[in-house]
Amino acid sequence: MSSADMPAKTGGYIPRDRNWQPEALTPPYKTSIKRSPQAALLSFPSTLSEETAPMFGHHMLGPQDSDLIHNYAQDGASAIGPRIIVHGRVLDENGRGVPGALLEVWQANAGGRYRHKKESYLAPLDPNFGGCGRTITGADGSYEFRSIQPGPYPWPNGMNDWRPAHIHFSIFGHGFAQRLITQMYFEGDPHIKLCPIVGILKTQAAIDALTAPLDMNRTVPMDSRAFKFDIVLRGRRQTYFENRKEGL
Amino acid sequence: MVQPLNHLRESPSQTAGPYVHIGCTPNFTGIEIYGGDLGTSMKTGPVQGTEITIKGIVYDGTGTPLRDAMIEIWQPDAAGLFASANETRGTADPNFTGWGRSPGDMETGEFTFETVKPGAVPFPDGRMQAPHITAWIVARGINIGLHTRIYFEDEAAANAVDPILTRIEHQNRVPTLLAKQQANGSYRFDIHLQGPDETIFFDI
Repeated sequence: MSSADMPAKTGGYIPRDRNWQPEALTPPYKTSIKRSPQAALLSFPSTLSEETAPMFGHHMLGPQDSDLIHNYAQDGASAIGPRIIVHGRVLDENGRGVPGALLEVWQANAGGRYRHKKESYLAPLDPNFGGCGRTITGADGSYEFRSIQPGPYPWPNGMNDWRPAHIHFSIFGHGFAQRLITQMYFEGDPHIKLCPIVGILKTQAAIDALTAPLDMNRTVPMDSRAFKFDIVLRGRRQTYFENRKEGL
Repeated sequence: MVQPLNHLRESPSQTAGPYVHIGCTPNFTGIEIYGGDLGTSMKTGPVQGTEITIKGIVYDGTGTPLRDAMIEIWQPDAAGLFASANETRGTADPNFTGWGRSPGDMETGEFTFETVKPGAVPFPDGRMQAPHITAWIVARGINIGLHTRIYFEDEAAANAVDPILTRIEHQNRVPTLLAKQQANGSYRFDIHLQGPDETIFFDI
């Protein structure tokens, strides 16, 4: 059998690119100073413990789980703010869609206020906005949320630091090694270049990778604007060579 | 010039921030939705093996407990099988999910997992690993989620030949990876982000 006919073997996870990912210690983001490990990380190839992950099924989703405009609203009401659709695909580093990935999102309301008892910003709560949603990617890794655009808000770090508008994403793929939490920013937000948390990213390319463009093609006329946000999870090595134990 | 590789780059990580619980355990924060929080219970019925409780606190470099962290664990069942679509060696205990998520107590920061003692799982080269649980910690101030492992102090024989534990250069740090059984039977696994007792974190 020629190699072209052989199914590729799935190897271990491609090592995480620590030159691309942010450092643990980033002093302009003050909280990182006492919460960052100082010893070197222990590097090992992935094992079954990292190459497996729990199963999340579409059956667990309610019809409004991915609709933040309505999933906490009173009957007939909706959350206040610019109506948006956030959509994209979850891919791996090999460019393949990741089906069945669990996405959980959370965000501030249109005034920049979170629904949390430890949150003290003076902007008001929206009684019809909870601020969380979840979905599971389709067969090609695609997903979609409906929400309102969150507002920027001040936070205690420097004397006058403001977060750009953002949506937090938690992503669960097919292996625990892929576990990732990140944030999506909005194209054109002037706070992006001022924010110490965005500032931990090492390159403009990394900032761009988290900045969602306006996507007029997915906009619903007279209803919602759309932003496109693709997410990339770690991929697994592929090999045709059989004389090597998996994962090494 | 050379051909482009066209590999995609993993999305950069950003901190989970102070309100990760809104997104991942909303009911814990008082947002009643989804019919409950994911990962609250690892057991869906009677489970095989030894049922155990693991408790711990995540401490920062000053020794202050984190009260805004989220801890997830992932492990095989008592026979060493994962309840995962990628498990090819057999079928795991149908009443055990293997996955737990804890927001920690809002005042003390203490997390609790009601689980089972994991079975052993092979290393990629075929050697058996000591029983362990994979853990992942996120919080405000943590820029990229921290992976570590929970091994068991009372598995001394298996730990002594574990492929990873035996390769750790600073053997005096190995105890940071060991859950210690308490007088009441539960296991204690505190996590230190920094300092002389800094937990070993993995790049795996």
